[in-house]
Amino acid sequence: MRTDGGTTARPGTLVELTGWGWRHSGRTEWALRGVDLRIEPGERVLLLGASGAGKSTLLHALAGLTGDDGAIIGEEEGELRLDGAPAVRRRGGVGLVGQDPETQLVMARAGDDVAFGLENLAVPPTGIWPRVTAALGEVGFPYGPARGTAALSGGEKQRLVIAGTLAMRPRLLLLDEPTANLDPDGARLVREVVARVVAATEATLVLVEHRVADVVDLVDRVVVLEPGGGVVADGPPPAVFAAQGERLAARGVWVPGREPRPRTAPAPGGDVVIEAVDCVARAPLDVAAPGAVPATVLDGVSAAVPAGTATALTGRNGAGKSTLLMLLAGLARPHAGAVLPRGPLAEVSPRPLSRWPARRLARHVGTVFQHAEDQFVTRTVRDELRFAPARAGLGRRETESWVEELLERLRLRPLADVHPYTLSGGEKRRLSVATALSSGPAHAPDVLLLDEPTFGQDTRTWVEVVELLGALRAEGRAVVMATHDDLLLDRFADTRLRVGRGRVAAAGRTSGGGAE
Amino acid sequence: MTVSASGAGGAAAAPEAAARPWLSRANPAAKLVAALLVAAGLVPVVDPVTSGVPLLATLALAPFAGVERRRLLVAAGSLLLMGASVGLVNLLFGEAGPVGALGVVVRLLAIALPGVLVALSTDPTDLADALVQRLRVPERPALGVLAGLRLVPLLAGQWRALALARRARGLEAGRNPAAALGVFAGMTFALLVRAIRTGTLLAMAMDARAFGTGPRTHARTSRWRASDTWLVAGTVLLLCAAHALSVALGTWRPLFR
Repeated sequence: MRTDGGTTARPGTLVELTGWGWRHSGRTEWALRGVDLRIEPGERVLLLGASGAGKSTLLHALAGLTGDDGAIIGEEEGELRLDGAPAVRRRGGVGLVGQDPETQLVMARAGDDVAFGLENLAVPPTGIWPRVTAALGEVGFPYGPARGTAALSGGEKQRLVIAGTLAMRPRLLLLDEPTANLDPDGARLVREVVARVVAATEATLVLVEHRVADVVDLVDRVVVLEPGGGVVADGPPPAVFAAQGERLAARGVWVPGREPRPRTAPAPGGDVVIEAVDCVARAPLDVAAPGAVPATVLDGVSAAVPAGTATALTGRNGAGKSTLLMLLAGLARPHAGAVLPRGPLAEVSPRPLSRWPARRLARHVGTVFQHAEDQFVTRTVRDELRFAPARAGLGRRETESWVEELLERLRLRPLADVHPYTLSGGEKRRLSVATALSSGPAHAPDVLLLDEPTFGQDTRTWVEVVELLGALRAEGRAVVMATHDDLLLDRFADTRLRVGRGRVAAAGRTSGGGAE
Repeated sequence: MTVSASGAGGAAAAPEAAARPWLSRANPAAKLVAALLVAAGLVPVVDPVTSGVPLLATLALAPFAGVERRRLLVAAGSLLLMGASVGLVNLLFGEAGPVGALGVVVRLLAIALPGVLVALSTDPTDLADALVQRLRVPERPALGVLAGLRLVPLLAGQWRALALARRARGLEAGRNPAAALGVFAGMTFALLVRAIRTGTLLAMAMDARAFGTGPRTHARTSRWRASDTWLVAGTVLLLCAAHALSVALGTWRPLFR
């Protein structure tokens, strides 16, 4: 066993794929097919492709997770070889870092979590802790090994996940959108670490990342995959982007310098429709510490939502953006203070929104959740779209024609009869927006609130969602979104409210009747 | 030595191992065995004296378990409430009279309290280490449960989001129990799907870190000290003494006669 300390120069793995393909069990289409690819030891490769192009699948296969005893089952064809041998789960040859740190941390304490992989490699106990300390140092982990993992921020958790992988000294390092689930600060922390690791390591690196501009300087080769197909472009980043940039962008890939420009009508502005007055919100009771006093998330917050305006709620993860969004949407009740309807909404009922019956609330205020699945309540895409108009008492024929129109507009017609849970990420997002749109008496609620509406989307879905929201805004409806998507803020937000330390402050450029 | 420093557990602010109350320092395996012994020793008897002795001993130990007073009081309060209601039912409807009802309550508390103390005074990681290293429990289930524990707060948050999302879609049961059941069933299904997906992702992450590819080593050593042997031996002695006392007083009564 290797127990030598510090940075060890272990040469990278040679990766060879010949006519390789993978079909997930229960699917008719191949996730990938006919992939011919050779990655030299120590090479740094960025994998690109539209969503559904099988990028994650390829990483999982390289990590040996699709083997006979792996977690992913399906059908394989062709050959995948690492240093000439089949990719089976092996002792520490390959390290994989995924998107969501929540589902990658195993242990309750930071040091124990880094040690977990080393224990699995049967490193002698005396050799484990020096390697843990070294790995925590390499990622700039700001706390000691006894720090509880539950108390870390998203960026810190992901750094810890990377430390746990580096401690195993992989010769093939696989990074699957490691910054996708993080807020901008957390993403910056992790990007710095990735850049440092990439510069220091001898390992072969395969990286998947949506936001190409952030990582393009770290790689020396770009490989573009086609959904259900093989490699469609391969070469140094400048050459690939020069030759294929336009085509890639059209397929939904985030190409540097080709960010989407959605066509949206200007914001008409309007009167305030919802106002939060001196709202106090507390964190829910912690299951892990039932005796503890819940923390105060929002402390005397006042904010106003004007019609015909796109209002953005910004701030770090955990700062209370989603909490404020749920209050403004009338879904949660503030601990103190009230969220009141104003203007036309107050004519419907002057009571605080949190006291409105659900059925009335849904007709006037629509909410799109971050996890689209949370809000699906029927068995097919079509029923999901029928649900709200039918409950609102719309006639049968009217309902059907509206459902057909939504299916068409959001490219969901071929999927009308499948279960919403089986859709891809982008399809789920489009459906969840559509369900919120289908609820109001005039085919849309007066206020639409969205939690991270563009999160993890490819450029096509991104543009569709933004243009749809733009159309609503042009009709004089209020749009509120909790987001840390800089491009969305730049291209669409009229008013920004920054949430942090229990307070809300107007931030960035403001127009229209914002908040105090 | 780094091993024990890191393995001793607790947050950075936790007191040094030596300063901690001895029951929370005891090996979790010893505590678990002691609690199981109490249960095994008291299940066959129903009189208040035999159960009363271990109950008093446990109560005397409770302040030394290193459990925060607030949590201890919450746990003790709910246990007492449970005991009181069971006692009342037995008093009113039982055939054994007041002594029999008292016996039921004391026995229930005497069996339950050690288990609650073990649960409250033991760090889950230390318990998993002790189970694997001391009691030879297989690694996969022990670490699987430990990793799964991390997901419980996550699932609680997902349940809250599902409830809010129902309201956002205009679904609210109100006072209709049939509608409430429907909404609840839908949320349960959605949570199950999420839980399975989250669990699969966690299992993949563990697999990706070479879990289950062969024999493992242990970064933390679960130590069995002389005091742990004394804890187990003391429990056995205490149970013997309790039975002997009850027999001597003529109060000893077995469950089945």
